[in-house]
Amino acid sequence: MFKKILIANRGEIAVRIIAACREMGIATVAVYSDVDRAALHVRKSDEAYSIGPAPAGESYLRIDKILDVAKRSGAEAIHPGYGFLSENAKFAQACADAGVKFIGPTPHSMEMMGSKTRARQEMEKTGVPVVPGTSRGLVSPEEGEEVAARIGYPVMLKAAAGGGGKGMRLVHTREELRSALESARSEAQRSFGDSEVYIEKAVVNPRHIEMQVLADEHGNTVWLGERECSIQRRHQKVLEEAPSPIVDPDMRRRMGEVAVKVAQAANYTNAGTVEFLVDTQKNFYFLEMNTRLQVEHPVTELTTGLDLVHLQIRIAAGEKLPFTQSDVEMRGHAIECRIYAEDPDNNYFPSPGKITLLLEPSGPGIRRDSGMYEGWNVPMDYDPLLAKLIGYGTDREQAIMRLERALGEYFVAGIKTNISLFRRILRDADFQEGKLDTGYLDRLLAKGNQDEASNAPDPQIEALEMIAAIAAGMFAVLDPAAPGTRNGSVIATGSGPASVPTNWKQKGRSEALR
Amino acid sequence: MVYEVIVRSGAGGKSHRLELERAASGWACRLDGRLVNVDAVITRRDVLSLLVDGRTYEIKREETATDLHMWVGAACFAVELRDPRSLRSRNKTGRDEKGPRKLLAPMPGRIVRLLVAENSEVEAGQGIVVVEAMKMQNEIKSPKKGIVKKISATPGAAVNPGDVLAIVE
Repeated sequence: MFKKILIANRGEIAVRIIAACREMGIATVAVYSDVDRAALHVRKSDEAYSIGPAPAGESYLRIDKILDVAKRSGAEAIHPGYGFLSENAKFAQACADAGVKFIGPTPHSMEMMGSKTRARQEMEKTGVPVVPGTSRGLVSPEEGEEVAARIGYPVMLKAAAGGGGKGMRLVHTREELRSALESARSEAQRSFGDSEVYIEKAVVNPRHIEMQVLADEHGNTVWLGERECSIQRRHQKVLEEAPSPIVDPDMRRRMGEVAVKVAQAANYTNAGTVEFLVDTQKNFYFLEMNTRLQVEHPVTELTTGLDLVHLQIRIAAGEKLPFTQSDVEMRGHAIECRIYAEDPDNNYFPSPGKITLLLEPSGPGIRRDSGMYEGWNVPMDYDPLLAKLIGYGTDREQAIMRLERALGEYFVAGIKTNISLFRRILRDADFQEGKLDTGYLDRLLAKGNQDEASNAPDPQIEALEMIAAIAAGMFAVLDPAAPGTRNGSVIATGSGPASVPTNWKQKGRSEALR
Repeated sequence: MVYEVIVRSGAGGKSHRLELERAASGWACRLDGRLVNVDAVITRRDVLSLLVDGRTYEIKREETATDLHMWVGAACFAVELRDPRSLRSRNKTGRDEKGPRKLLAPMPGRIVRLLVAENSEVEAGQGIVVVEAMKMQNEIKSPKKGIVKKISATPGAAVNPGDVLAIVE
């Protein structure tokens, strides 16, 4: 087993990996950029080294600097987490060249899955179902029109090197295709330095369901159940759960077996995720393979009772999987909420800044993977994911109840978070019935705005307003020296309403003179 | 103590008269003339445990660049507390639509570009400055219809929450 591991990441995932290392008696090495000196992963690690300025391109994406730290600290392995260098085959190769074990698949597997057209070609060869379309880049608009006519509109244009919705266009008619192809190509060129674009039949109202796989370096590959990831926005997942409300044991087994086939076709090792699009008839199609640990891995950990990071480390150290497929049992239901530093009142725009107060939930069936603490300044330079709140229960209903309870206890002040969004999702009838697809969240948010427009004054809100007024006075009396209490007991902040009742003003004045 | 408390939620704002006096147990509290039994304890900085006629509440206090918030459960109220005996606080009340309004940075970020020039006319809600944070761009909008008297934001510069970006009059 390794004695020391470097974690080439930051935030909640670095903290989560450090925890696994500590549990296994492995020393940890953190790396940090200038704005992350006080970050939680630095505080939690055994050793920490600066790797440069805030922009990721000058720090967390610098292969040379990270390998230099590995050498200096004597780390024998590197865990890349997710994002940053985690799916960079060049990094995996550079680690191998430097004699440091990369905790993940081989550069060869990563390269095969890194190009969507190449992955599609491989999957067609092995008989894995893919969405109808081309598995090579389009050579001309004419070819695109011809293929689209054959598979039927609507079609989706996708960048071969794509991700995050970049270089992607939905095309409804023949007339739109030519200009859509042009703009998809130029966007792909700008985003990935590769203008290759292919065409796929657009699956209408699809679900996004993925299957966790785990493979050791001795030829054993297992699947660990699916995760429903249909609740997304701007191609970013917001809430995930395991199991999916629509997957039955037979479908699960079939998806699992296909996922194992995908992994074996790529000679895959370590933890990976096979993503599927699922149509309304529950047909599933291979979408892509994520060659890393996923953000949403905790829901699989809770429903299988396995620790994926422990297993990743054991596999990388050369150990055999300590169980077989038939030993894997799924129990209960888990739901994960991604807590982002985002402002719900401003179109979920990122909201970095200092956390002035943090109250965090725990208790039965609640797991919290967090990278934040009170007093920490959330930097503006990285992804806005602060923490993940995961609820677990014997069934979906109990998991929802526990999450609702815990969300009510979660409080973050100083910055804005999307915590209120999860209360809305969990109470929504469609969510409770498991009626989900990738358009779900946009529909829910549009519905919310309509509700607000027709909102009459709520007597309950008025009662709470009274409580707020009393609390404001009590704070001023009991804690007069606190921030926000300027000039002794007088707090004067912000932009108040335009007018104050005149009779009250006069009464105030007479009291002042008394 | 006697306070004038202005509570806002959403668009509207209401003024309340609050009288607080220490009683044998807890506080004798009169809100708009109505007597309420209140017991209050600060359990940690910015967290107040409140007992109102036997019902429990945990109130969280949050000070932002522009407002003072009271969180009652999931509901957030912006409050303004005035001591009617203080002339100083009364002078701060004239923040109506007619006067100049400051455009403040709501979050730390970097100025990307300016959308209008100084002395140009803007509508309420029109974008004036674009601020970038966490790889997303955000238009900071005019709080009122008027003329942009001054722009203190420079493209490329870093800003902190509460920094004045522009003044609209």
